[in-house]
Amino acid sequence: MGNTGVIPHHPHPVSFWQSSNGKKVVMAVTGAIMFCFIVGHMIGNLQMFLPPEHINAYGHFLHHDITEELWIIRGILLLALALHVTATVQLALRSQAARPIGYSRKEAINSSYASRTMYWSGPIVLAFLIFHLLQFTAGYIHPQAQFVAGDVYGNVASGFRVWWVSAWYIFALCLLGLHLSHGLWSAFQSIGCAHPRLTRCLKISAQAIAVLIVLGYISIPISVLLGVIK
Amino acid sequence: MKVTLKIWRQKNSNDKGQFVKYAVDDVDGEMSILECLDVLNESLILRGEVPVAFEHDCREGICGSCGFVINGVAHGPERATTACQLTMRHFKDGDEITLEPWRAKAFPLVKDLVVNRRALDHIIEAGGYISVGTGQAPEANGLPIGKEVADQSMDAAACIGCGACVAACPNAAAALFTGAKITHLGVLPQGETEKDRRALAMVAQMNAEGFGNCTNIGECTGACPKEIPLDVIAKMNRDYLCGSFQRRDDLPTPITPVVEGA
Repeated sequence: MGNTGVIPHHPHPVSFWQSSNGKKVVMAVTGAIMFCFIVGHMIGNLQMFLPPEHINAYGHFLHHDITEELWIIRGILLLALALHVTATVQLALRSQAARPIGYSRKEAINSSYASRTMYWSGPIVLAFLIFHLLQFTAGYIHPQAQFVAGDVYGNVASGFRVWWVSAWYIFALCLLGLHLSHGLWSAFQSIGCAHPRLTRCLKISAQAIAVLIVLGYISIPISVLLGVIK
Repeated sequence: MKVTLKIWRQKNSNDKGQFVKYAVDDVDGEMSILECLDVLNESLILRGEVPVAFEHDCREGICGSCGFVINGVAHGPERATTACQLTMRHFKDGDEITLEPWRAKAFPLVKDLVVNRRALDHIIEAGGYISVGTGQAPEANGLPIGKEVADQSMDAAACIGCGACVAACPNAAAALFTGAKITHLGVLPQGETEKDRRALAMVAQMNAEGFGNCTNIGECTGACPKEIPLDVIAKMNRDYLCGSFQRRDDLPTPITPVVEGA
Protein backbone atom coordinates (compact mmCIF):
# COMPACT_ATOMS: atom_id res chain seq x y z
CA MET A 1 0.00 0.00 0.00
CA GLY A 2 3.06 2.23 -0.22
CA ASN A 3 2.03 5.55 -1.61
CA THR A 4 4.85 8.02 -1.90
CA GLY A 5 3.32 9.95 -4.81
CA VAL A 6 1.75 13.34 -4.36
CA ILE A 7 -2.02 13.11 -3.99
CA PRO A 8 -3.76 15.64 -6.24
CA HIS A 9 -5.91 18.34 -4.70
CA HIS A 10 -9.60 18.70 -5.39
CA PRO A 11 -10.37 21.60 -7.70
CA HIS A 12 -13.08 22.95 -5.38
CA PRO A 13 -12.79 23.99 -1.75
CA VAL A 14 -15.38 23.09 0.89
CA SER A 15 -17.44 26.21 1.59
CA PHE A 16 -18.87 27.14 4.97
CA TRP A 17 -22.35 25.92 4.07
CA GLN A 18 -20.99 22.75 2.44
CA SER A 19 -19.12 21.77 5.58
CA SER A 20 -21.04 19.88 8.24
CA ASN A 21 -19.54 22.26 10.83
CA GLY A 22 -20.96 25.29 9.02
CA LYS A 23 -24.40 23.70 8.77
CA LYS A 24 -24.31 23.00 12.50
CA VAL A 25 -23.56 26.66 13.19
CA VAL A 26 -26.61 27.57 11.09
CA MET A 27 -28.66 25.04 13.04
CA ALA A 28 -27.45 26.50 16.35
CA VAL A 29 -28.34 30.07 15.37
CA THR A 30 -31.72 29.18 13.85
CA GLY A 31 -32.46 26.97 16.85
CA ALA A 32 -31.74 29.90 19.16
CA ILE A 33 -34.12 32.12 17.17
CA MET A 34 -36.90 29.56 17.46
CA PHE A 35 -36.13 29.12 21.16
CA CYS A 36 -36.72 32.85 21.70
CA PHE A 37 -40.14 32.41 20.12
CA ILE A 38 -40.89 29.38 22.32
CA VAL A 39 -40.19 31.45 25.45
CA GLY A 40 -42.20 34.44 24.23
CA HIS A 41 -45.13 32.29 23.14
CA MET A 42 -45.20 30.51 26.50
CA ILE A 43 -45.32 33.78 28.43
CA GLY A 44 -48.16 34.93 26.15
CA ASN A 45 -50.01 31.65 26.66
CA LEU A 46 -49.80 31.78 30.44
CA GLN A 47 -52.27 34.68 30.29
CA MET A 48 -54.84 31.87 30.06
CA PHE A 49 -54.68 31.84 33.86
CA LEU A 50 -55.90 35.45 33.94
CA PRO A 51 -59.49 36.52 33.13
CA PRO A 52 -60.41 36.03 29.40
CA GLU A 53 -60.09 39.73 28.52
CA HIS A 54 -56.31 39.68 28.99
CA ILE A 55 -55.40 37.04 26.42
CA ASN A 56 -58.09 38.22 24.00
CA ALA A 57 -56.67 41.75 24.19
CA TYR A 58 -53.18 40.31 23.67
CA GLY A 59 -54.39 38.44 20.59
CA HIS A 60 -55.99 41.63 19.29
CA PHE A 61 -52.76 43.54 19.92
CA LEU A 62 -50.73 40.99 17.91
CA HIS A 63 -53.13 40.72 15.00
CA HIS A 64 -54.33 44.32 14.64
CA ASP A 65 -51.96 46.74 16.39
CA ILE A 66 -48.60 45.37 15.19
CA THR A 67 -49.65 43.54 12.01
CA GLU A 68 -46.57 44.52 9.95
CA GLU A 69 -44.11 43.77 12.71
CA LEU A 70 -45.82 40.43 13.31
CA TRP A 71 -45.31 39.46 9.67
CA ILE A 72 -41.62 40.38 9.88
CA ILE A 73 -41.27 38.16 12.95
CA ARG A 74 -43.20 35.37 11.23
CA GLY A 75 -40.90 35.71 8.22
CA ILE A 76 -37.78 35.44 10.37
CA LEU A 77 -39.21 32.41 12.18
CA LEU A 78 -40.19 30.70 8.91
CA LEU A 79 -36.75 31.33 7.46
CA ALA A 80 -35.12 29.98 10.62
CA LEU A 81 -37.33 26.90 10.51
CA ALA A 82 -36.60 26.34 6.80
CA LEU A 83 -32.83 26.61 7.33
CA HIS A 84 -32.95 24.41 10.44
CA VAL A 85 -34.89 21.68 8.62
CA THR A 86 -32.84 21.94 5.41
CA ALA A 87 -29.56 21.59 7.30
CA THR A 88 -30.96 18.68 9.33
CA VAL A 89 -32.14 16.77 6.27
CA GLN A 90 -28.84 17.31 4.46
CA LEU A 91 -26.78 16.29 7.49
CA ALA A 92 -28.96 13.26 8.18
CA LEU A 93 -28.50 12.06 4.60
CA ARG A 94 -24.76 12.66 4.88
CA SER A 95 -24.56 10.70 8.12
CA GLN A 96 -26.54 7.87 6.60
CA ALA A 97 -24.11 7.75 3.68
CA ALA A 98 -21.16 7.87 6.08
CA ARG A 99 -22.03 4.39 7.38
CA PRO A 100 -23.39 2.29 4.50
CA ILE A 101 -22.96 -0.98 6.45
CA GLY A 102 -24.23 -0.82 10.00
CA TYR A 103 -23.21 -2.78 13.07
CA SER A 104 -24.88 -6.06 13.93
CA ARG A 105 -24.82 -4.89 17.51
CA LYS A 106 -24.30 -1.37 18.88
CA GLU A 107 -24.49 -0.20 22.47
CA ALA A 108 -24.86 3.43 23.54
CA ILE A 109 -22.48 4.04 26.43
CA ASN A 110 -22.15 7.77 26.84
CA SER A 111 -25.11 9.61 25.31
CA SER A 112 -28.47 10.80 26.56
CA TYR A 113 -31.78 9.46 25.26
CA ALA A 114 -32.69 12.99 24.13
CA SER A 115 -29.52 13.38 22.08
CA ARG A 116 -29.99 10.08 20.26
CA THR A 117 -33.60 10.82 19.35
CA MET A 118 -33.18 14.34 17.91
CA TYR A 119 -33.99 12.99 14.44
CA TRP A 120 -37.33 11.71 15.79
CA SER A 121 -38.34 14.47 18.18
CA GLY A 122 -37.68 17.17 15.56
CA PRO A 123 -39.99 15.90 12.78
CA ILE A 124 -42.78 14.99 15.23
CA VAL A 125 -42.68 18.48 16.72
CA LEU A 126 -42.78 19.90 13.18
CA ALA A 127 -45.88 17.82 12.40
CA PHE A 128 -47.43 19.06 15.63
CA LEU A 129 -46.55 22.65 14.74
CA ILE A 130 -48.46 22.41 11.45
CA PHE A 131 -51.50 20.90 13.20
CA HIS A 132 -51.24 23.52 15.95
CA LEU A 133 -51.17 26.44 13.48
CA LEU A 134 -54.13 24.99 11.57
CA GLN A 135 -56.06 24.64 14.82
CA PHE A 136 -55.39 27.80 16.80
CA THR A 137 -54.04 30.34 14.28
CA ALA A 138 -55.98 29.54 11.11
CA GLY A 139 -58.90 27.72 12.75
CA TYR A 140 -59.23 25.21 9.88
CA ILE A 141 -59.15 22.22 12.22
CA HIS A 142 -61.09 22.73 15.40
CA PRO A 143 -62.64 19.42 16.39
CA GLN A 144 -65.95 19.27 18.24
CA ALA A 145 -66.28 23.04 18.61
CA GLN A 146 -66.73 26.23 16.60
CA PHE A 147 -63.57 28.33 16.06
CA VAL A 148 -64.38 31.95 16.84
CA ALA A 149 -61.86 34.42 15.38
CA GLY A 150 -60.68 36.80 18.08
CA ASP A 151 -61.92 34.75 21.02
CA VAL A 152 -58.53 33.29 21.94
CA TYR A 153 -59.60 32.22 25.40
CA GLY A 154 -62.72 30.42 24.19
CA ASN A 155 -60.90 28.69 21.33
CA VAL A 156 -58.16 27.37 23.61
CA ALA A 157 -60.62 26.18 26.24
CA SER A 158 -62.94 24.49 23.70
CA GLY A 159 -59.97 23.03 21.78
CA PHE A 160 -58.31 21.43 24.78
CA ARG A 161 -61.58 20.06 26.14
CA VAL A 162 -61.23 17.38 23.42
CA TRP A 163 -59.10 14.79 25.19
CA TRP A 164 -57.03 13.69 22.20
CA VAL A 165 -56.15 17.27 21.23
CA SER A 166 -54.78 17.77 24.72
CA ALA A 167 -53.00 14.40 24.69
CA TRP A 168 -51.34 15.12 21.32
CA TYR A 169 -50.36 18.58 22.58
CA ILE A 170 -48.83 17.23 25.80
CA PHE A 171 -47.02 14.45 23.92
CA ALA A 172 -45.56 16.87 21.34
CA LEU A 173 -44.51 19.36 24.01
CA CYS A 174 -42.72 16.62 25.95
CA LEU A 175 -40.82 15.78 22.77
CA LEU A 176 -40.03 19.47 22.31
CA GLY A 177 -38.66 19.40 25.86
CA LEU A 178 -36.43 16.44 24.98
CA HIS A 179 -35.31 18.23 21.81
CA LEU A 180 -34.45 21.37 23.80
CA SER A 181 -32.71 19.53 26.62
CA HIS A 182 -30.06 18.42 24.13
CA GLY A 183 -30.35 21.22 21.58
CA LEU A 184 -29.90 24.13 23.98
CA TRP A 185 -26.55 22.73 25.10
CA SER A 186 -25.53 21.35 21.74
CA ALA A 187 -25.96 24.77 20.12
CA PHE A 188 -23.21 26.19 22.31
CA GLN A 189 -20.94 23.30 21.35
CA SER A 190 -21.67 23.88 17.64
CA ILE A 191 -20.67 27.53 17.76
CA GLY A 192 -17.53 26.59 19.68
CA CYS A 193 -18.48 27.83 23.12
CA ALA A 194 -17.28 25.26 25.65
CA HIS A 195 -15.27 25.16 28.82
CA PRO A 196 -15.04 22.40 31.44
CA ARG A 197 -16.83 24.59 33.99
CA LEU A 198 -19.24 26.17 31.52
CA THR A 199 -20.24 22.87 29.91
CA ARG A 200 -21.52 21.38 33.16
CA CYS A 201 -23.52 24.51 33.93
CA LEU A 202 -24.91 24.62 30.37
CA LYS A 203 -26.04 20.99 30.42
CA ILE A 204 -27.90 21.42 33.72
CA SER A 205 -29.42 24.75 32.63
CA ALA A 206 -30.57 23.25 29.32
CA GLN A 207 -32.41 20.48 31.13
CA ALA A 208 -33.91 22.84 33.72
CA ILE A 209 -35.11 25.26 31.02
CA ALA A 210 -36.57 22.39 28.98
CA VAL A 211 -38.52 21.15 32.01
CA LEU A 212 -39.81 24.67 32.81
CA ILE A 213 -40.93 25.17 29.22
CA VAL A 214 -42.75 21.84 29.07
CA LEU A 215 -44.47 22.52 32.42
CA GLY A 216 -45.41 26.06 31.37
CA TYR A 217 -47.04 24.87 28.16
CA ILE A 218 -48.78 21.70 29.33
CA SER A 219 -50.20 23.42 32.40
CA ILE A 220 -52.83 24.92 30.07
CA PRO A 221 -54.39 21.74 28.57
CA ILE A 222 -54.14 20.05 31.97
CA SER A 223 -55.96 22.96 33.60
CA VAL A 224 -58.65 22.84 30.90
CA LEU A 225 -59.13 19.10 31.38
CA LEU A 226 -59.26 19.51 35.16
CA GLY A 227 -61.80 22.30 34.80
CA VAL A 228 -59.60 25.05 36.25
CA ILE A 229 -59.89 26.95 32.95
CA LYS A 230 -63.47 27.00 31.66
CA MET B 1 -12.57 -20.46 30.54
CA LYS B 2 -14.28 -21.01 27.21
CA VAL B 3 -15.66 -18.32 24.96
CA THR B 4 -17.25 -18.20 21.53
CA LEU B 5 -15.88 -15.51 19.24
CA LYS B 6 -18.33 -14.31 16.60
CA ILE B 7 -16.00 -12.61 14.13
CA TRP B 8 -16.64 -10.67 10.94
CA ARG B 9 -14.78 -12.49 8.14
CA GLN B 10 -14.30 -10.75 4.83
CA LYS B 11 -11.57 -11.67 2.32
CA ASN B 12 -11.21 -8.22 0.80
CA SER B 13 -13.15 -5.07 0.02
CA ASN B 14 -15.01 -6.77 -2.86
CA ASP B 15 -16.08 -9.78 -0.81
CA LYS B 16 -19.50 -9.69 0.85
CA GLY B 17 -18.34 -10.87 4.27
CA GLN B 18 -20.22 -12.64 7.07
CA PHE B 19 -19.97 -13.56 10.73
CA VAL B 20 -18.24 -16.84 11.63
CA LYS B 21 -18.38 -18.34 15.11
CA TYR B 22 -15.26 -19.89 16.64
CA ALA B 23 -15.14 -21.70 19.99
CA VAL B 24 -11.94 -20.91 21.89
CA ASP B 25 -11.10 -23.18 24.84
CA ASP B 26 -8.34 -22.63 27.40
CA VAL B 27 -8.80 -18.88 27.57
CA ASP B 28 -6.90 -17.35 30.47
CA GLY B 29 -8.38 -14.34 32.24
CA GLU B 30 -5.01 -12.56 31.99
CA MET B 31 -4.94 -12.78 28.20
CA SER B 32 -5.81 -9.71 26.22
CA ILE B 33 -8.48 -10.10 23.57
CA LEU B 34 -5.75 -9.83 20.94
CA GLU B 35 -3.90 -12.72 22.59
CA CYS B 36 -7.16 -14.63 22.54
CA LEU B 37 -7.25 -14.00 18.78
CA ASP B 38 -3.59 -15.13 18.56
CA VAL B 39 -4.56 -18.43 20.19
CA LEU B 40 -7.48 -18.80 17.80
CA ASN B 41 -5.24 -18.01 14.83
CA GLU B 42 -2.67 -20.65 15.88
CA SER B 43 -5.42 -23.26 15.84
CA LEU B 44 -6.77 -21.99 12.52
CA ILE B 45 -3.30 -22.23 10.95
CA LEU B 46 -2.90 -25.79 12.29
CA ARG B 47 -6.25 -26.68 10.75
CA GLY B 48 -5.13 -25.16 7.46
CA GLU B 49 -7.63 -22.29 7.60
CA VAL B 50 -6.94 -18.60 6.98
CA PRO B 51 -6.21 -16.79 10.27
CA VAL B 52 -8.28 -13.77 11.32
CA ALA B 53 -6.65 -10.52 10.20
CA PHE B 54 -6.50 -7.77 12.81
CA GLU B 55 -4.22 -4.78 13.28
CA HIS B 56 -1.87 -4.53 16.24
CA ASP B 57 1.56 -3.19 17.09
CA CYS B 58 2.69 -2.02 20.52
CA ARG B 59 0.09 -3.97 22.54
CA GLU B 60 0.49 -1.50 25.37
CA GLY B 61 -2.29 0.90 24.44
CA ILE B 62 -0.24 3.73 22.97
CA CYS B 63 0.19 3.14 19.24
CA GLY B 64 -3.38 3.28 17.98
CA SER B 65 -3.06 0.31 15.63
CA CYS B 66 -5.54 -2.07 17.21
CA GLY B 67 -9.23 -1.69 17.62
CA PHE B 68 -12.51 -3.23 16.60
CA VAL B 69 -16.02 -3.18 17.94
CA ILE B 70 -16.45 -5.69 20.77
CA ASN B 71 -20.04 -6.51 21.75
CA GLY B 72 -21.28 -3.27 20.23
CA VAL B 73 -18.72 -1.00 21.91
CA ALA B 74 -15.55 0.29 20.23
CA HIS B 75 -12.53 -1.25 22.04
CA GLY B 76 -14.90 -3.21 24.28
CA PRO B 77 -16.69 -2.66 27.56
CA GLU B 78 -13.87 -1.13 29.63
CA ARG B 79 -13.49 2.65 29.61
CA ALA B 80 -10.17 4.23 28.58
CA THR B 81 -8.88 0.90 27.31
CA THR B 82 -7.66 -0.14 23.89
CA ALA B 83 -8.50 -3.62 22.59
CA CYS B 84 -4.93 -4.80 23.25
CA GLN B 85 -5.28 -3.80 26.91
CA LEU B 86 -8.69 -5.43 27.35
CA THR B 87 -8.16 -8.62 29.30
CA MET B 88 -10.44 -11.63 29.06
CA ARG B 89 -11.28 -11.48 32.77
CA HIS B 90 -13.90 -8.88 31.87
CA PHE B 91 -15.89 -11.63 30.15
CA LYS B 92 -17.61 -14.62 31.68
CA ASP B 93 -17.08 -18.30 30.95
CA GLY B 94 -19.28 -19.32 28.03
CA ASP B 95 -19.77 -15.77 26.70
CA GLU B 96 -20.32 -15.14 23.02
CA ILE B 97 -18.22 -12.12 22.03
CA THR B 98 -19.03 -10.29 18.80
CA LEU B 99 -16.07 -8.72 17.00
CA GLU B 100 -16.77 -6.31 14.15
CA PRO B 101 -14.52 -3.93 12.23
CA TRP B 102 -14.93 -0.13 12.42
CA ARG B 103 -17.87 0.64 10.12
CA ALA B 104 -17.57 3.84 8.11
CA LYS B 105 -17.58 4.72 4.45
CA ALA B 106 -14.37 6.70 5.00
CA PHE B 107 -12.71 3.54 6.41
CA PRO B 108 -12.84 1.02 3.54
CA LEU B 109 -12.48 -2.54 4.77
CA VAL B 110 -9.16 -4.20 3.95
CA LYS B 111 -9.68 -7.66 5.42
CA ASP B 112 -11.63 -9.18 8.34
CA LEU B 113 -11.17 -6.69 11.20
CA VAL B 114 -8.70 -4.43 9.38
CA VAL B 115 -9.87 -1.15 7.87
CA ASN B 116 -7.99 1.51 5.93
CA ARG B 117 -7.74 4.58 8.17
CA ARG B 118 -5.71 6.71 5.77
CA ALA B 119 -8.51 9.28 5.84
CA LEU B 120 -7.28 10.26 9.31
CA ASP B 121 -3.75 10.70 7.93
CA HIS B 122 -5.17 12.96 5.23
CA ILE B 123 -6.74 15.16 7.92
CA ILE B 124 -3.40 15.46 9.73
CA GLU B 125 -1.65 16.17 6.41
CA ALA B 126 -4.13 18.94 5.69
CA GLY B 127 -3.11 20.57 8.98
CA GLY B 128 0.26 21.37 7.44
CA TYR B 129 3.23 22.95 9.18
CA ILE B 130 3.78 25.28 12.12
CA SER B 131 6.28 28.13 11.92
CA VAL B 132 9.14 27.57 14.34
CA GLY B 133 12.64 28.99 14.42
CA THR B 134 15.18 26.38 13.35
CA GLY B 135 18.77 26.16 14.43
CA GLN B 136 19.80 25.74 18.04
CA ALA B 137 17.27 24.40 20.53
CA PRO B 138 15.50 27.40 22.08
CA GLU B 139 15.91 28.31 25.74
CA ALA B 140 13.42 26.13 27.64
CA ASN B 141 11.88 29.07 29.51
CA GLY B 142 11.95 31.43 26.55
CA LEU B 143 8.31 30.82 25.68
CA PRO B 144 6.24 30.58 28.86
CA ILE B 145 3.06 28.50 28.58
CA GLY B 146 0.61 28.26 31.47
CA LYS B 147 0.10 24.84 33.00
CA GLU B 148 -3.63 24.82 32.22
CA VAL B 149 -2.92 25.46 28.55
CA ALA B 150 -0.11 22.90 28.48
CA ASP B 151 -2.47 20.35 30.06
CA GLN B 152 -5.22 21.13 27.59
CA SER B 153 -2.83 20.68 24.70
CA MET B 154 -1.37 17.49 26.16
CA ASP B 155 -4.83 15.98 26.77
CA ALA B 156 -5.65 16.55 23.10
CA ALA B 157 -2.26 15.33 21.94
CA ALA B 158 -2.91 12.01 23.71
CA CYS B 159 -5.01 11.03 20.64
CA ILE B 160 -3.50 7.88 19.14
CA GLY B 161 -5.61 8.03 15.98
CA CYS B 162 -7.18 4.61 16.52
CA GLY B 163 -10.50 5.65 14.92
CA ALA B 164 -12.71 4.48 17.80
CA CYS B 165 -14.45 7.89 17.86
CA VAL B 166 -15.57 7.40 14.26
CA ALA B 167 -16.61 3.82 14.97
CA ALA B 168 -18.62 4.75 18.07
CA CYS B 169 -20.34 7.77 16.52
CA PRO B 170 -23.84 6.98 15.18
CA ASN B 171 -23.05 9.42 12.35
CA ALA B 172 -19.54 8.06 11.70
CA ALA B 173 -18.16 11.56 12.31
CA ALA B 174 -14.47 12.26 12.82
CA ALA B 175 -15.11 15.38 14.89
CA LEU B 176 -13.33 14.19 18.05
CA PHE B 177 -10.24 13.15 16.09
CA THR B 178 -10.07 16.37 14.06
CA GLY B 179 -10.89 18.42 17.16
CA ALA B 180 -8.05 16.78 19.08
CA LYS B 181 -5.57 17.47 16.30
CA ILE B 182 -6.73 21.09 15.96
CA THR B 183 -6.71 21.66 19.73
CA HIS B 184 -3.31 20.25 20.54
CA LEU B 185 -1.62 22.86 18.34
CA GLY B 186 -4.29 25.55 18.39
CA VAL B 187 -4.08 26.34 22.10
CA LEU B 188 -0.29 26.73 22.08
CA PRO B 189 1.63 29.86 21.02
CA GLN B 190 3.65 27.75 18.58
CA GLY B 191 0.46 26.88 16.72
CA GLU B 192 -1.01 30.39 16.83
CA THR B 193 0.37 31.65 13.50
CA GLU B 194 -1.35 29.06 11.28
CA LYS B 195 -4.40 28.56 13.51
CA ASP B 196 -7.07 29.79 11.10
CA ARG B 197 -5.66 28.16 8.00
CA ARG B 198 -5.13 24.88 9.85
CA ALA B 199 -8.73 24.74 11.12
CA LEU B 200 -10.13 25.55 7.67
CA ALA B 201 -7.94 22.99 5.90
CA MET B 202 -8.46 20.17 8.40
CA VAL B 203 -12.23 20.70 8.55
CA ALA B 204 -12.36 20.79 4.73
CA GLN B 205 -10.44 17.51 4.53
CA MET B 206 -12.63 15.90 7.21
CA ASN B 207 -15.72 16.83 5.18
CA ALA B 208 -14.22 15.69 1.88
CA GLU B 209 -13.37 12.27 3.34
CA GLY B 210 -17.07 11.53 3.74
CA PHE B 211 -17.33 11.41 7.52
CA GLY B 212 -20.74 12.21 9.02
CA ASN B 213 -21.68 15.27 11.04
CA CYS B 214 -21.26 15.77 14.76
CA THR B 215 -24.49 15.81 16.80
CA ASN B 216 -22.64 16.44 20.09
CA ILE B 217 -24.01 13.30 21.70
CA GLY B 218 -20.73 12.19 23.26
CA GLU B 219 -20.44 8.52 22.25
CA CYS B 220 -16.96 9.29 20.84
CA THR B 221 -15.48 10.50 24.09
CA GLY B 222 -16.99 7.49 25.90
CA ALA B 223 -15.24 5.11 23.50
CA CYS B 224 -11.97 7.06 23.28
CA PRO B 225 -9.19 5.03 24.93
CA LYS B 226 -7.47 8.31 25.79
CA GLU B 227 -10.68 9.94 27.13
CA ILE B 228 -10.29 13.02 24.97
CA PRO B 229 -12.95 15.50 26.12
CA LEU B 230 -15.79 16.77 23.96
CA ASP B 231 -14.40 20.31 24.42
CA VAL B 232 -11.96 19.68 21.57
CA ILE B 233 -14.92 19.56 19.17
CA ALA B 234 -16.04 22.98 20.37
CA LYS B 235 -12.48 24.23 19.90
CA MET B 236 -12.53 22.93 16.33
CA ASN B 237 -15.87 24.64 15.69
CA ARG B 238 -14.62 27.90 17.24
CA ASP B 239 -11.39 27.93 15.23
CA TYR B 240 -13.29 27.01 12.07
CA LEU B 241 -15.87 29.74 12.64
CA CYS B 242 -13.23 32.38 13.42
CA GLY B 243 -11.09 31.21 10.50
CA SER B 244 -14.06 31.45 8.15
CA PHE B 245 -14.68 35.07 9.14
CA GLN B 246 -11.08 36.22 9.26
CA ARG B 247 -9.65 34.58 6.16
CA ARG B 248 -8.33 36.76 3.34
CA ASP B 249 -6.87 34.01 1.14
CA ASP B 250 -8.82 31.50 -0.92
CA LEU B 251 -10.23 28.54 0.95
CA PRO B 252 -7.79 25.61 1.09
CA THR B 253 -8.72 22.72 -1.22
CA PRO B 254 -8.78 19.18 0.18
CA ILE B 255 -6.65 16.40 -1.30
CA THR B 256 -8.44 13.56 -3.09
CA PRO B 257 -10.18 11.62 -0.31
CA VAL B 258 -9.74 7.89 0.35
CA VAL B 259 -13.27 7.10 -0.83
CA GLU B 260 -12.41 8.52 -4.24
CA GLY B 261 -9.44 6.21 -4.54
CA ALA B 262 -6.36 8.08 -3.33
